Amino acid sequence: MEDIEIRVARRKRMDGIFAILGLVSTFVGMLTLAALIVDLAIAGSERLTQTFFTSFPSRFPDQAGILSAWVGTTLVMLVTAASAVPLGVAAGVYLEEYAPGNWLTALIEINIANLAGVPSIVYGLMALGLFVYQFRLGQSILSAGLTLALLILPIVIVATRESVRAVPGSMREAAYALGATKWQTVRDHVLPYSTGGILTGVIIALSRAIGETAPLITIGALTFIAFLPGPPLGAEFPFVSFEWLMSPFTVMPIQMFNWTSRPQHAFHLNAAAAGLVLMVMTLIMNGIAIYLRYRFRKRIRW
Amino acid sequence: MFLCALSSVAITLGIVGTLVLESWHFFENVSILDFLTDTQWTMLFENPRYGIMPLVAGTAVTSGVALLVALPLGTVIAIYLSEYADPRVREILKPILELLSAVPTVVFGYFAFLFVTPILQSFLPNLPGFNMLSAGIVIGVMIIPYVSSLSEDAMRAVPVHIREGSYAMGATRLQTAVRVLIPSAFSGIASAYVLGFSRAVGETMVVAIAAGQQPNLTLNPMEGAATITAYIVQVSLGDLPHGTIAYQSIFAAGLTLMVMTLVFNIAGYLLRKRCREIY
Repeated sequence: MEDIEIRVARRKRMDGIFAILGLVSTFVGMLTLAALIVDLAIAGSERLTQTFFTSFPSRFPDQAGILSAWVGTTLVMLVTAASAVPLGVAAGVYLEEYAPGNWLTALIEINIANLAGVPSIVYGLMALGLFVYQFRLGQSILSAGLTLALLILPIVIVATRESVRAVPGSMREAAYALGATKWQTVRDHVLPYSTGGILTGVIIALSRAIGETAPLITIGALTFIAFLPGPPLGAEFPFVSFEWLMSPFTVMPIQMFNWTSRPQHAFHLNAAAAGLVLMVMTLIMNGIAIYLRYRFRKRIRW
Repeated sequence: MFLCALSSVAITLGIVGTLVLESWHFFENVSILDFLTDTQWTMLFENPRYGIMPLVAGTAVTSGVALLVALPLGTVIAIYLSEYADPRVREILKPILELLSAVPTVVFGYFAFLFVTPILQSFLPNLPGFNMLSAGIVIGVMIIPYVSSLSEDAMRAVPVHIREGSYAMGATRLQTAVRVLIPSAFSGIASAYVLGFSRAVGETMVVAIAAGQQPNLTLNPMEGAATITAYIVQVSLGDLPHGTIAYQSIFAAGLTLMVMTLVFNIAGYLLRKRCREIY
């Protein structure tokens, strides 16, 4: 009898120890995140002045800034969003609402799952071979935006599918009963209900794209850019110019990488400041996504 | 819309096609046997030698260190969040933990190089500034959310009655988790591990910044060594004329990377198929 009691006590003790171990492990992850942010903030805050945002990179660390980097990031993100969102949402809706259950659909589904596991640098290699040299788009903002669009396409497709699937079948049946066509049902009922989920997925995907460095280095983003791409709006006819699409560029993470890999400590401070800006951007985007998910989950009651 | 869905297949074909095509040109100049067996990778020397082994070793060591960090921590966190933690606590902890995977990798690279390495150096005075240990540890922390989130989803998907059966026999939560839940959720946990591995192998910026750029055939994580991905970055940063052998070599390196992840994905798939539990 006593023997059993000792065993039970031991197992309960093990259980308690594991509970503590689990909590500690979780905090290891969170402490790393905290240490990361605090470290960046301490090192980078003194460089975060207004001129840091309005100066080009420079040989002199105290004069260098991230103007060309944040402009480049914004433009690349525009191209990425403009190409990945329509493509991804259309593909997601097709797979959920239209696709017949045949081998081709199965192939597409397996393929999307596998694309999510492909290292991002491999996308960069493909873009270098295909966009830069085959299609002759050059080492431009357009190539970069398209590369990142392909990279986040699986995320957008999966998010779209999940939120379209969450719309109950009764909604669709009610629309069909009133004589709506499939497209009318999708456009007027399914898509509006799933907008929240799709938007969340798109924001998460873009926050991933904004921090991607490796594929853009591979396609040949420059690390030192001391000019801005041509303005998209002009005073003369035809008023809109797309020259900026073909312009060479740099982006925030590449600028940060460049500064990190320099030996002088002063540049490391710049890297920390750029990293801080980048972190704040991604954290804000993720925060918006979490908030949207929470709000839409609360608002819609079937 | 069908064409949009098909675009994902086109991407795959584009990736495989480009890699194979350019690698083909590379292997016209370098024999495959040399590529696989030579122990030196000296692309920029006068008599260049193209042995992929040093780069593969670098990748293996950094991913090995990363997995040693991420798999135990990720699994423990998954069990804790799914079986021990209060649901309200879980709802708060999980999104925060997932932010770890949202941090740009270049920021992790900075962190590994200028924060983790100096700390490690205070314990290990002989540690060089570029080393695979700190890069591996940081990658490990970075992929914890991939491992823990997917494993936790898999464990929570195990039906409650299986759990209750175990508790009814007098098992503790730990015994239930280890003896009942992990075997039942094995296929989901295995996919989490495989995804974690793919991320570790393909991780670029952390190793490019913190692990050094010198190809080095060693299995000692205390040394610095270039990985496959770091090599691709290093070459791309220079001026890269189209059609040269340096240009083709990064595609051969990329192909090696793809094959490595593919082998693990297939292994994971076979493992899952054999161990799938049906209830």
